[in-house]
Amino acid sequence: MKWIALVALALAPLAGMGNYPLHLLIMCLLWGFVYTSWAIMGRLGMVSLGHGAFLGIGAYVVVMLWNHADISPWLGTPIALLLTAVVAVLIGYPCFRFKIVGHYFALVTLALTEVVRLVIVALRDQTGGSLGATPETALADTAWSIGALQFSSKLVWFYIILMAWLAGLWIWGRVDRSMTRLALEAISQEEDAAASVGMNVTRLKLGVTMISALMTCVGGVLYAQYQLYVNPETVSGIGISLQIVFGAIVGGMFVRLGPTVGAVITLLLAEVLRLAIGHDIHGLDSTIYGLMLVLFIIFMPKGILGAILEALEKRRAAKTGRQAAATA
Amino acid sequence: MLRLSNVSAGYGSFQALFDASLEVNAGETVAVIGPNGAGKTTLLRVISRLIDATAGEMTMEAHSLNAVPSHEVIGYGIAHVPENRRLFPRLSVEDNLRMGSYVPSARAQFSGRLDQVYALFPRMKERRKQLAGTLSGGEQQMCAIGRALMSGPKLLLLDEPSAGLAPVVVQAIFEVVRKMSAQGYTVLIVEQNVQQVLKVADRAYLLETGRIKLSGRSDELRENDAIKKSYLGL
Amino acid sequence: MPIFDIFLVEAVVNGILLGGILALLALGLNLIFGVIDVVWICYAELIMLGMYAVYYGHNVYGWPLWLALVFGVAVVAVLGALLHQFVIRPVLAAEPINQLLVTGGVLFFLQAVATLVFGIEFKNIGIRLPQLSVGDMYLSLARLIAFGVALAGMIGMYLFLTRTYLGTAIRAISQDRAIMPLMGVNPNRIFLITSALGGGLAGLAACLLVLQYDIHPAIGLTFGPITFMVCVMGGLGNMIGGFIAAFIFAQFISVGGFFLHIEWGYVIAFVFFIGMMFWRPQGILGSR
Repeated sequence: MKWIALVALALAPLAGMGNYPLHLLIMCLLWGFVYTSWAIMGRLGMVSLGHGAFLGIGAYVVVMLWNHADISPWLGTPIALLLTAVVAVLIGYPCFRFKIVGHYFALVTLALTEVVRLVIVALRDQTGGSLGATPETALADTAWSIGALQFSSKLVWFYIILMAWLAGLWIWGRVDRSMTRLALEAISQEEDAAASVGMNVTRLKLGVTMISALMTCVGGVLYAQYQLYVNPETVSGIGISLQIVFGAIVGGMFVRLGPTVGAVITLLLAEVLRLAIGHDIHGLDSTIYGLMLVLFIIFMPKGILGAILEALEKRRAAKTGRQAAATA
Repeated sequence: MLRLSNVSAGYGSFQALFDASLEVNAGETVAVIGPNGAGKTTLLRVISRLIDATAGEMTMEAHSLNAVPSHEVIGYGIAHVPENRRLFPRLSVEDNLRMGSYVPSARAQFSGRLDQVYALFPRMKERRKQLAGTLSGGEQQMCAIGRALMSGPKLLLLDEPSAGLAPVVVQAIFEVVRKMSAQGYTVLIVEQNVQQVLKVADRAYLLETGRIKLSGRSDELRENDAIKKSYLGL
Repeated sequence: MPIFDIFLVEAVVNGILLGGILALLALGLNLIFGVIDVVWICYAELIMLGMYAVYYGHNVYGWPLWLALVFGVAVVAVLGALLHQFVIRPVLAAEPINQLLVTGGVLFFLQAVATLVFGIEFKNIGIRLPQLSVGDMYLSLARLIAFGVALAGMIGMYLFLTRTYLGTAIRAISQDRAIMPLMGVNPNRIFLITSALGGGLAGLAACLLVLQYDIHPAIGLTFGPITFMVCVMGGLGNMIGGFIAAFIFAQFISVGGFFLHIEWGYVIAFVFFIGMMFWRPQGILGSR
């Protein structure tokens, strides 16, 4: 069943989607990938309000290296990943070692994403500051350049980002299924108990954080190369960081496909409103979005997908219960 | 003054009190004795409406307490000194006492009652500016009782005032209870220290596993074989 | 080389004045966290709305300035109470992180509503307070006034918390919530009042900010994060700690901005914050 859906998804653009719907699909998958990366950490109680930092590093490092040093994104990406890793460890290690959790952890990550944003703006001579930056085009004479990681065909990008999205889901599954996952669940609930059973709590937490951060960094790279425009507010800072958190939560961060559902909902909402109102009323979609988020946290903290799955589970349990009672 | 009829209460699926009936008349000092986990604290918390009764009736001077919100109970003249004292640790002794007279009806009497409390507990007057969390166990108990008295209550609920205190201090605490009893206060005191409390109480109820097993005047209960064996070590 | 660079001194003094405002900003947030144990991520957005309230009162409805300012404070106080009653209260029993996130949702919502209702052009109340010349230094009168008001606000809060029944109850509830009913205190009522008080302090900050800065739906993002940093560094919930942290932060921003671009001043402040978190995670005066 799942495989059919997947194949259908993969073949959908070939059936002749318009450029704009394809763009929407790509955005759903891309942000789905980013939200999923966040959820890998978030579901274990490590709620970061600073993933914009990693997104921003990914986006800006590749673009800056390309524009100023002619370094291909193929080399720029590992550099961005390295930088991301360093930052993740610099923040993560002390936080986990000194048991900085909950509010404090969230606010430290918030500070981090703001630092990244401020650095980008402060380096305005190189980055263009608040005006943003565009990677220099390699597509003047050609439709695609692998070396520059630029393609004019949305179809090509669709498949690239589809693969990234699938990889993200796979990683989510691996983290979920590995033995350490039990440990991590234990950690998010009872740190001292977990430590007493000999698990190196700090190392495990750091590992998960790394995975989440590196994935988000890749998301930033893909975003920059696809959109061909980056801006400190859209890829770093508190705004995008919160958006990531909420997308994951609205969809349901405890479920593998939850964050993707969250991305779909967010984008669809913006689109529906745009079509219904006729033109871009700046702020109406955000208003409804914000309202939804508040209502979600209050009434549906497990997100839409989570709530649906929970309801299905209850119905299944009730049915088996009735069957068992009937046969008794 | 206070009457409980067939009151049951619990915490979620765990029932702690079954069908308890008791009464406290004006001027009396009544004790509720029993082992750990018998439901004694639950009893007081039901009266204070910190938890809901699942069955039964409670009345204070013929007013029903069953549906009264917890913060209005003090308005009926009931003051509760909780288990473990529960002072506000980073407020001064005097601020703790001030909180005792928070209810608007008590504020006018603040300075008068403060003097009375300081007369009853001179050590509190010495330490009035000290942070309550830095007091010794016995001093904290006195402060907690003083805080309850600040509202000018008709009925005082004392939850295990001697718990965790050294024997010498325990003596002092029961001396205070005796003094209040003599001054005409109405007291419902819950205690594990059966020997001491039977000396200051007029009547007592025995609460075991959530049920009232025995009741009677203190001197009678002191002669009761079951009590003597289980609680007085005789 | 002159040891006593007057412009450096000017930066330091301006830093002190900035510290006063930051301290006032931190005060409201610390009050809410210290008493109710929630962080209003949307705190800066409430201030933003307060600024718009003053603007509308003064520039659109033509009220005298003092009336518009009082209106601003009142509006944010009411918003604070509403926030608690309808958004915080339902999640008080839930995971602390839910409380954080729900106010984040409100942040989005308020920003969006402000965009819808007020538009995205920068607005300014149009009052130009002069620069005062002290020796060779130029100090902004607006900042001086802000500093004075902030100081007065903090002293007022201190007196309220220590000399009144309500203030004492607010201090008490942060130490032992469960027994408050025994003293005839309705905890929810205290929380509402505290929220209104926190809102009022935010409104006061809004009044001070509106005299110096332009208004825009997203300006909350400029001083919001820094307010959080100040509070955390001082120890979340600790008002004196927040006070001290505010001045330290302001110095970093002001002096750092003096030597380099203003953004670098902020970067240094934030990096200092992160460093502090590792040295003393509970904040300067916080307790674990």
